[in-house]
Amino acid sequence: MYRYDVFDQRLVDERVAQFRDQTRRFLAGELTEDEFRPLRLQNGLYIQKYAPMLRVAIPYGLLSSRQLRMLAHIGRKYDKGYGHFTTRQNIQYNWPRLEEVPDILADLASVEMHAIQTSGNCVRNITSDHFAGAAGDEIVDPRPYNELIRQWSTFHPEFAYLPRKFKIAITGATTDRAAILVHDIGLQAVRNDDGEVGFRVIVGGGLGRTPIIGHVIREFLPRAEILNYLDAILRVYNRFGRRDNMYKARIKILVKEQTPAVFAANVDAEWQHLRGGPATVPDEEIARLASHFVPPPYEKLAGDDAEFRSTVADNRAFSNWVKRNVFPHKMPGYAIVTLSLKKTGVPPGDATSDQMDTVADLADAYSFGELTVSHEQNLIFTDVRQSQLLALWSELKDLGLATPNIGLLTDIVCCPGGDFCSLANAKSLPIADAIQRRFDDLDYLHDIGELDLNISGCMNACGHHHVGHIGVLGVDKNGSEWYQVTIGGTQGANAAIGKVIGPSFAAQDMPDVVARLLDVYVDHRHEDERFVDTVRRLGIDPFKERVYAATH
Amino acid sequence: MPQLIKGGALVDDTWTLLRDAAGIDAVPTANVIVPLSAWLTADQALLARDDVGVWLAPADDPAQLAGDVRNLPVIAIDFPKFADGRGYSTARLLRERFGFTGELRAIGDIQRDQLYYLSQVGFDAFVVRDGKDAQDALTSLRDFTDGYQITNRRTPWFRRSGVVGGATVPGERA
Repeated sequence: MYRYDVFDQRLVDERVAQFRDQTRRFLAGELTEDEFRPLRLQNGLYIQKYAPMLRVAIPYGLLSSRQLRMLAHIGRKYDKGYGHFTTRQNIQYNWPRLEEVPDILADLASVEMHAIQTSGNCVRNITSDHFAGAAGDEIVDPRPYNELIRQWSTFHPEFAYLPRKFKIAITGATTDRAAILVHDIGLQAVRNDDGEVGFRVIVGGGLGRTPIIGHVIREFLPRAEILNYLDAILRVYNRFGRRDNMYKARIKILVKEQTPAVFAANVDAEWQHLRGGPATVPDEEIARLASHFVPPPYEKLAGDDAEFRSTVADNRAFSNWVKRNVFPHKMPGYAIVTLSLKKTGVPPGDATSDQMDTVADLADAYSFGELTVSHEQNLIFTDVRQSQLLALWSELKDLGLATPNIGLLTDIVCCPGGDFCSLANAKSLPIADAIQRRFDDLDYLHDIGELDLNISGCMNACGHHHVGHIGVLGVDKNGSEWYQVTIGGTQGANAAIGKVIGPSFAAQDMPDVVARLLDVYVDHRHEDERFVDTVRRLGIDPFKERVYAATH
Repeated sequence: MPQLIKGGALVDDTWTLLRDAAGIDAVPTANVIVPLSAWLTADQALLARDDVGVWLAPADDPAQLAGDVRNLPVIAIDFPKFADGRGYSTARLLRERFGFTGELRAIGDIQRDQLYYLSQVGFDAFVVRDGKDAQDALTSLRDFTDGYQITNRRTPWFRRSGVVGGATVPGERA
């Protein structure tokens, strides 16, 4: 993974000193709350319901075991012994003390981490494919480009006060695991007919209040031009994005109002001025970044491990886990393993400091000392030998991280909701918990198969409910909490926004609503058809009828 | 006399800012900064003076000054609210696209914690908002030693780090 040099380290250290002084001035009354707000937000610090919330950046989701141990330490020393992994591959702490945040940032800096631009109206943490470097369907390893763009976005002086937050996702694979169609900018690293690396550029996607699928504005951008082109997009947005209404300030609204074609032409005109200029990325710089992401020392294995295959055949529990939580690797004899943070009874994405410490040890023992955080709020070991899967499974079971539910109904993506977040209209965690408890029968879950269930506690859509096969949105009606249900949303290359099935439901009805949706699916599904495929084939009416027939 | 930060120090501000375009016919004082709208409709007498500067609002297009940049001694960019970042792009365009070399001053809601970024996009003068300590603000110009991006003051770090001239990218050409 990328390691800081003295230049990178100095920037982060200077940031800690800067924020320490800003915090001192705020506490001394020299800065008003309004003046301090953007400064603390650009260091990931929110003021929440019960305490500040600190969001720490995990650039493109990649962590070393040493960094994970520090995250565990921070949870223990400054928080209540746990952290919450987010849908943007970051980690949040819900109980730090404002006065201690500079110390937390200093601790993070000691392991080449920070909380820079994890909030505020600026370019946020770059997100990417959680299988990067290991996936068999990868055309280009996106990580050198992730790092290039991380560096470009860090303290970019022109774009620190954008109209609104700005999210960039990058993938280098044919399967989109990074949700690039629902980001302000989505980049897909591709090769042209001559084998040169470039990017397919998508802008104006996003969820939130106005869910929109992004538009391709350039099919092939040579990689050397990536920073010039990003500068051009951001400059057009910074100058012309709406600032009169925060609900219309995201780039997706500008793209929509200008039309994608006109927006693309405006970006192109700006790019022509910058093209070939000093920010053109030299091959040498890409080579330097790529040298940080050389493949680990894989053993040369002939193919699938025979003993692993026979254990899968004999051990049903292990086989269930392999079926759901283990994914193919580009190297023969290796596998990608997902550690489920979706055990019933635990808020989705939460991990205790003790779990993090043990996971760090396991990463050292089984996966070359690294792991990634997925935007589905799970942890990934990307490089595990098949012959060691049984041993790893056994250790993960002891840790409570081997729930065989990846991609299933109970692998719920969920924001912290009204229990923690001051923006929320409704609680989200109790809904996730009630659904997980209702559907705890593994055979039923596996029979239902792949199903993305996403829950957001408000319009801001941190739980990405619009792209859930079943999406749940918390709404406020006259001071009480209700839940609106959408079906048919999809992420990935065929991303689609789910459709609302009708009036919202009370919290206690939600498990029944899900059960009825599943009943319709079971009654009507064709062989090998997923829930979302059945919704697409039949439309929402049969689902709507069943759900509302039963409640009235 | 009011002061501003210029050349890394607090100095007397010898310019008068004319916020309102009304009354522009009789710009009395020397060293006056007028609104863009006034400049664009001004008579020859005003245009001929070498002690008149122009200030731009966030939505003003700097391209409208493209023909004047060589003659203007000072251009100011207004930040009615510090969180409105349009002026950062305006500044880079004036410096890098239109070649303005005179004094570029930041006016309006200018505070200590904006100065470093402002200095990077081409501002060399800062009128710190009333009620904020300009001497204190001065120190923030040194918050960061360097940075990654191209700015008005530097090329991207990868052009200065010594990496250029090294090897080609392994495995990147199919």
